[in-house]
Amino acid sequence: MSDTILRTADGKPLKAALQRASAVARRRAFWLVLPLLAFVVITFVVPIGQMLSRSVTNDAFSANMPQLVAWFEANPEGTEPDEAAFAALAADLTNAAAERTIGSVATRINYDVSGTRSLFTSAGRKAKKLEAPFKESVVAMDPKWGEPIVWAAMRNASAKLTTSFYQAAMDRKLSAKGVFEKAPGDLQVYLKLFGRTLALSAVVTFLCLLLGYPVAHLLASLPMSKSSLLMILVLLPFWTSLLVRTTSWMVLLQEQGILNNTLVGLGIISDENRFALMYNQAGTIIAMTHILLPFMILPLYSVMKTIPVSYTRAARSLGATSWTTFRRIYVPQTVPGIGAGGILVFILAVGYYITPALVGGATGTLISNQIAFHMQDSLNWSLAAALAAMLLGAVLALYWVYDRLVGIDNMKLG
Amino acid sequence: MAGSNTSDAFVVFDRVQKSYDGETLVVKDLNLSMPKGEFLTMLGPSGSGKTTCLMMLAGFETATHGEILLDGRPINNIPPHKRGIGMVFQNYALFPHMTIAENLSFPLEVRGMDKSVREEKIKRALDMVQMGQFGNRRPAQLSGGQQQRVALARALVFEPELVLMDEPLGALDKQLREHMQFEITRLAHDLGITVVYVTHDQTEALTMSDRVAVFNDGVIQQLAPPAELYEAPKNSFVAQFIGENNTLEGVVTEISNDKCVVKLDDGELIDARPVNVTKVGERTRVSIRPERVEMNKARLQPGAHTLKATVCEFIYMGDIFRTRLSVAGNDDFIIKTRNAPDAVRLQPGTEIEIGWLPQDCRALDA
Repeated sequence: MSDTILRTADGKPLKAALQRASAVARRRAFWLVLPLLAFVVITFVVPIGQMLSRSVTNDAFSANMPQLVAWFEANPEGTEPDEAAFAALAADLTNAAAERTIGSVATRINYDVSGTRSLFTSAGRKAKKLEAPFKESVVAMDPKWGEPIVWAAMRNASAKLTTSFYQAAMDRKLSAKGVFEKAPGDLQVYLKLFGRTLALSAVVTFLCLLLGYPVAHLLASLPMSKSSLLMILVLLPFWTSLLVRTTSWMVLLQEQGILNNTLVGLGIISDENRFALMYNQAGTIIAMTHILLPFMILPLYSVMKTIPVSYTRAARSLGATSWTTFRRIYVPQTVPGIGAGGILVFILAVGYYITPALVGGATGTLISNQIAFHMQDSLNWSLAAALAAMLLGAVLALYWVYDRLVGIDNMKLG
Repeated sequence: MAGSNTSDAFVVFDRVQKSYDGETLVVKDLNLSMPKGEFLTMLGPSGSGKTTCLMMLAGFETATHGEILLDGRPINNIPPHKRGIGMVFQNYALFPHMTIAENLSFPLEVRGMDKSVREEKIKRALDMVQMGQFGNRRPAQLSGGQQQRVALARALVFEPELVLMDEPLGALDKQLREHMQFEITRLAHDLGITVVYVTHDQTEALTMSDRVAVFNDGVIQQLAPPAELYEAPKNSFVAQFIGENNTLEGVVTEISNDKCVVKLDDGELIDARPVNVTKVGERTRVSIRPERVEMNKARLQPGAHTLKATVCEFIYMGDIFRTRLSVAGNDDFIIKTRNAPDAVRLQPGTEIEIGWLPQDCRALDA
């Protein structure tokens, strides 16, 4: 009889004994993290999850138009709306007008087919007076009710779960046939904005690396007393309010601003050829690069500090010029810092909001400004949620690619 | 052996001074010349200027004053990568992102050598340090001793005539260190390279070198072959720093060419060989090596000087016994006796008589 289970001296299984022995410590540790866990769940996970769920659910139509929803369920797609359908529509409109929900119904359909809001609200006012045959009387009220696209939009909205917000976020519009198609070129907004957001973030990340690398190297190689002074210069803007820094850039960059006035004063440019450095992409890039620079410098610095000077000395003594030493010995060893700083700056830049809103103008705004617009002005929260979810997806995808290429465990944040 | 005339010297330090802050000199007026093929060790406590000298030779520090010559050429203005000097660092400095073979290939690549030539040289260098089968490993996968061998191979692979080593064995355990001491000396002699070796370990310096330069306070205190350094230290710093040493303080009362009489602080008169004292009345430290002190009366040679001593402590060290005595007011007087079958283990408090020959007793500066 061989017993393969290891046992303690008094014969209990070793694993169970170990569990019991460490249970107390684990429980105590759990109580320590519980406040933070609760905080994160309540203020972060739940609201964000709720918000993201809005991107695929919207019951403004389905909850308030029950009879029409039932008709859509009974009749498959492609069925011409018959008398029964119009009767259901008239009954639902009357009902919604009485319960004052007609507004949200109208808004929901208006998301998919613009210009239909007034169709619903005015019909709501007149619905009580409608009489059979409903098909004729409804269309007589407004010939738009006979248009296939309106019926396609109502069928689409009759399901609580919907992809229409993701379709809209990808610049696809509902057609009369009831399917989503690519919107005409001049109506394409979001994909272009996503493209611009990623491109601008890449430019900002690259500029941060270009400007931050020498500074981080200087910080890491100077003697302690001088490097801590320099570190304060790096951190000082970091501690200053984002809004203050952005508005300072506005003071500097505007057409009658300090930079342009100086250049004109020095005679480098003429008065009528002042540079347009603000309310465009240039402004966004300049201000964001400055604001995100510390996020690049700090991880780079923490990596560079750990590289002993003997590596570069060894390379020099082995016959390498200073450039070869930098390229083949120093840079490869700073890759974890470049990766960490790059991904940090890029992810922050992709979601940047205040700076592009203030200095971006028309060409320098990013996708986050459009999300804010839908949250605050158009109140199309479902579309805002869909855009935000796509942004999140893009960042996670990027993170995954980075992990495959460089390896997350190779990253060093400080 | 040490040809100190500058004409056939391979490495020359000529009146070299170095200051980092413009206020204190780290290296003060250094003059040194080495012939080709010599193994010279710079030995000294930390902060004595030895590493600075090495870094000036390698080109990582510039001399504040004076000239360093390599094979007759002044090299003060030659950048490190053009000096062609191999260097082994204290922490090995193997490039962590390259394999062992790539590490060795690096100095050959920057010299523009063909792949076939490189592979041949890498193989030869790795075989030389018995690391032939490790070419594809990364430095982190090797033990300290193996990394040390690779660092050595990398410093030698491009066949430099001069190799500098900055405390290369400092991080190894005792056994491995002794083995590597032997290997490095063997390689240096087989390849006929000139080596400047920096260490603070005197055993290493004594066992490996042709000559040792003892540094203290930015000055070479003595430059001599190991035996001379140990047996005939020129001043009390060298006597104290190299090996174990007993000192008795006193005043010179009589002095002739090769003999002087010192009156110790407790009034005892002893004979000594004057080394660093010149006149009567001068204070002196008399130095006697522990193994030259005899406590067995039967073995005392004629002409030996004897003194009374009290045993303070007996320390058993296996192969030898160390006995701490109180002699002429000095409570730190150590004698060493071999653990022979007839050796006596002295009890603390025992009064004994010890003796030594006057020529083993050197009167140095105070």
